[in-house]
Amino acid sequence: MGIPGRYVKEEELKRMAGVIEYKPTAKYAYSAGQALSVFLKGLREGKIVGRTCNSCRRIMVPPREFCEYCHSPAGEWVELPGTGRVETASVSYISARRAKLREPEVVAIIRLDAPGYRGDEPDFPGIFHRLCGVTEEEVKGGKVFGARVRPRWRPEGERRGSITDIECFERW
Amino acid sequence: MRAAVLGIGWHGFRPSVPELSFAEMMYEAAVRAYEDAGVEAREDIDVFVSCQEDFWEGIAISDEFAPDPIGGVMRPTMTVAGDGLQCVGQAFMMIRSGLAEVVAVETHAKPSDVKTLQGVYELALDPQLRTLGPGNPLFPAGLDAVAYMKRSGAEREHLALVAVKNRNRGLRNARAPHAARITIEDVMASEPVVYPLTAYEIAGYTDVAVNVVIASERKARELKGEPVWLEGIWWSTEVGSGTMEWHEWGRMPSMKAAAREAYRQAGISDPRRQTDFAEVEDRFSFMELLSLEELGLAPEGAHRLLEAGHFDAKGGYPVNPSGGSLSLGTSFEATGLVRLLEAVLQLRGKAGGTQVEGERAIVASWRGVPTYTSIVAVLSR
Repeated sequence: MGIPGRYVKEEELKRMAGVIEYKPTAKYAYSAGQALSVFLKGLREGKIVGRTCNSCRRIMVPPREFCEYCHSPAGEWVELPGTGRVETASVSYISARRAKLREPEVVAIIRLDAPGYRGDEPDFPGIFHRLCGVTEEEVKGGKVFGARVRPRWRPEGERRGSITDIECFERW
Repeated sequence: MRAAVLGIGWHGFRPSVPELSFAEMMYEAAVRAYEDAGVEAREDIDVFVSCQEDFWEGIAISDEFAPDPIGGVMRPTMTVAGDGLQCVGQAFMMIRSGLAEVVAVETHAKPSDVKTLQGVYELALDPQLRTLGPGNPLFPAGLDAVAYMKRSGAEREHLALVAVKNRNRGLRNARAPHAARITIEDVMASEPVVYPLTAYEIAGYTDVAVNVVIASERKARELKGEPVWLEGIWWSTEVGSGTMEWHEWGRMPSMKAAAREAYRQAGISDPRRQTDFAEVEDRFSFMELLSLEELGLAPEGAHRLLEAGHFDAKGGYPVNPSGGSLSLGTSFEATGLVRLLEAVLQLRGKAGGTQVEGERAIVASWRGVPTYTSIVAVLSR
């Protein structure tokens, strides 16, 4: 099976007039800020913490200094058990760099268990992360939706205050 | 329907604000502006406008990050890739056309978060020109400064005098982290960064968030605030940065064009007599003199009036009584709103140690190298 035209090697492409190669230098060191710093420190300690809105009482994970709905300052911190249910999931076959992944990767939004939440609210404390031990078929069939999951933490010494301190979420 | 600056709030004004994220700074500025204007973020504001640029943010499609901290979630929020004053221009049009009664305008900058400023400046150059690797990315300012000096007859000492005037003036302004007690001798003894400009004559960087509430006259009267009238605002972009060869060196036609229209809107024919003071572009020392000429606030050879003290706070026409960008610093796309803030406080009589007398003011800003976009506003009390 042939595609019309001729394949151009990368070196050939670079020699063609009209192509300018340029590698940008753009590096940043984002200030995490008041709220997210506490969240990241929590992850290092193996805890998931959220922030309550004083006005509407919602719990924000990831936490913020303010509630965007009420436009009012956030209040007390709450530690969540970390457990939750799969809200939605999908499967990645190709990496961000367009290479085929050796193992397909299952990603999900986890609806975290939190005091005062019934589990059917449109707005909820949540985390976007990988799912371990879930097959493509379970995702495609939607079977994994609603599954009870919990974080699989990296060993204490390897945690550095990052979302990757959680390796993935797994069933339990 | 007349438009007014009804509220203004800010947070930061330090070279680095490491304890807050950009979003938290935006929130702090917004809360203060809304309090100042007496408006409820989620009830009274019709439209939210944010001025920002992805590479300054370090976030692609950073527009999406604009609504939440300013109360704009699930409400009409728009982003303009430009100086904050260009966003004020959008608000002005919405109020004047009757589309909105209250518009919140936001800009913020965290230059301290950008670790490769030189690399980001280089990215703003035309891709072909960029590969030349023209050394210090501020070189277009040097090209303009030399051309300006040749045309006007200004000497290096005159440029130094702008830095001395503004950096010393800023010592009276609590918001001016780059103010300094300096002399002409200090500047002249200093090695140029890009000839003829020394580090004293190039504004430093400041982390800041500014939020301005623009309201219709009807709403302003109803809320019983302290309106500062926005009589005119306009902006203009010259032949793009990609073709800087065609820029008119030693001049800033975009500022002249922006001023012409802003003055027409405000009914001004003689800006020197019909306005009382100005906050004008000065992120490079020579730009203050060049701006004054393009704004019609000085004849060609503005340095002669400068020498005579005409532009001092106690002179015939105070220019940059705040200390200007040389004292306040530049803050990417927030630079223009910082200057607007200073003018608004002056017109309210609340500028503290930098207070000058005046009923009507001009605010003129430029987006800085390597752009050729200028914005001019006329304000009165």
